[in-house]
Amino acid sequence: MPIALYRIDDRLIHGQVVVGWGQPLELRFIVLIDDEVASSEWEQELYRMGVPPEMEVYFCDVAAAPSALAKYSLDSRIGLLLVGDIGTMQRLVTENPGIKTVNIGGVHHSPGRTPRLRYVFLTPAEEDGLRAIAAQGVEVTAQDVPGARPVPLDELLSNSPDA
Amino acid sequence: MESVTNESAVTKPRAVIAGHAGFAVGLVSAVQQIAGKGDVFASISNAGLSGADIESTMLQALDASRANVLFTDLPAGSCTMSARRLQRSRPGLVVVTGVNLATLLEFAFRPLDESDVDAANASAEKGRATLMVFP
Repeated sequence: MPIALYRIDDRLIHGQVVVGWGQPLELRFIVLIDDEVASSEWEQELYRMGVPPEMEVYFCDVAAAPSALAKYSLDSRIGLLLVGDIGTMQRLVTENPGIKTVNIGGVHHSPGRTPRLRYVFLTPAEEDGLRAIAAQGVEVTAQDVPGARPVPLDELLSNSPDA
Repeated sequence: MESVTNESAVTKPRAVIAGHAGFAVGLVSAVQQIAGKGDVFASISNAGLSGADIESTMLQALDASRANVLFTDLPAGSCTMSARRLQRSRPGLVVVTGVNLATLLEFAFRPLDESDVDAANASAEKGRATLMVFP
């Protein structure tokens, strides 16, 4: 079973991931690709503590992500791959042509970002990053939880919730 | 009869509740309706906030109230993650996750001279005991 969801979410593992997506997809593992978390036992323990016993979490730094992805893509269980930023996903997509869809789950407010949805705020560079991902034939949509409508990238980038 | 606000009766929150959407403010309003003790708690919503923003919002609420107990909704939730991170810089901070109304009602009535850890443990015990299934 290939990885069911490739998600960008700056909160990393949290309720929407574990419960919102975890329950309907029957997720059994999460691959979390993040340099900071991969280098911190304390952070890893924090995230392990948050998932139910039937779900495993694997941690990986960005450099090792391509080989990890190749390995976990062959796993018979259902999994989710999670990164905290658009740049990391862009790199993964470039190095792994097997990724066909990308889910934007949460990129929250910070200085320099423009609101696109209530859970997606983007800098111009991040918008370019998403366009570059899409240009590689990847379907990019924003969708925080399964019950929400997936918002296509073109619509997302032309969206201005405050307008 | 004229309504009088007794300033001395206004207490500082003894704990902060953090959760998804309107979870925390809803619980505080329920505590207020049932026991008139909503002011024991300050509430935080994670809506629209990054993990770092949740952490800084919690920090502000804890500093403002001088509370040392933080209730969160889900063990896997972003509020719990942020709360656990805060414990590294605030060693006295007690985090209770999986909070429900019964937990908070018990906490609201714990003696003020009881330690935060003891009050949190007793309240969590009460909250656990109220989960029941009637088949």
